[in-house]
Amino acid sequence: MPEHIVSRKLYFLICGILLSLTLLTWGVALINLGRWNIVLALAIAFSKATLVALFFMHLRYSPRRTQLTLVAGLFWLGILLLLTMSDYLTR
Amino acid sequence: MSEAHSALAEQFRDLEQQREVASLGMWVFLVTEIMFFGGLFLAYAVARFLHPEAFAEASHHLNVALGGINTAVLIASSLTMALAVHAAQVGQRRALMGFLTLTAALGCVFLLIKGIEYADKFQHHLVPGSAFSFAGPEARPAELFFSLYFAMTGLHALHMVIGVGVVVVLLVRAWKGRYSVQYHIPIEVAGLYWHFVDIIWIFLFPLLYLIDIHH
Repeated sequence: MPEHIVSRKLYFLICGILLSLTLLTWGVALINLGRWNIVLALAIAFSKATLVALFFMHLRYSPRRTQLTLVAGLFWLGILLLLTMSDYLTR
Repeated sequence: MSEAHSALAEQFRDLEQQREVASLGMWVFLVTEIMFFGGLFLAYAVARFLHPEAFAEASHHLNVALGGINTAVLIASSLTMALAVHAAQVGQRRALMGFLTLTAALGCVFLLIKGIEYADKFQHHLVPGSAFSFAGPEARPAELFFSLYFAMTGLHALHMVIGVGVVVVLLVRAWKGRYSVQYHIPIEVAGLYWHFVDIIWIFLFPLLYLIDIHH
């Protein structure tokens, strides 16, 4: 797979979106939404992380095996978090 | 067949293959890092679930403005790192050196602000240990919050220190003319690491500083 060169314009655009999402997560945190505060905070953080991985880390243009490596890692992280929390949350 | 590049390791067919393997290797390392930080995030989730009031109150002692500024600083440093990789790809040595310098400088700004925050915690006796003091009945779980705060941000800061060190080494090598359009694997791989450390902070900032400020 030949090296993909991402345009500078796209990098600046992603950076702009990331900064906007930072302001958004800050603003949302000021409003009391009960347990939705943490859900929204995590959703925004996850969106930001996805943008960084896809474009800054070129994951979008990487071979399948690289993408699968990350998915496998996140799968195990999911097991760690979900199984442990399902125990604590249902006691 | 074209002449082999001096940076080509003998086990690889060409630089293209070497680049793909190096990138995959870094991703595998980053997956181990996800599990490394994952354990701390899990500990935080469990402790916060067990002591919601104490964690909310303790988190109010963090400086949201400094944390927010640091988030912006890290995102900007990720942009300059991405632009450094771009400069390396198109063979602009001066731009590469400029962006690497900016990235290292922004990394130092982040660490400086983190240091100011840590110093403030020492002054207000919020560092876990014998000098820790926290008003109210929930002092113990509040101490737990600060233990996790220092463990998570400390481990992240350690990664930043290593990242700045790596970028400085790359800068020196770029200055010596080691990288070209054909060969710039180390810049790309270091970029992956740098962006990963940015992602960790993207999660730390809302979880530690933000989710309870409306209380």
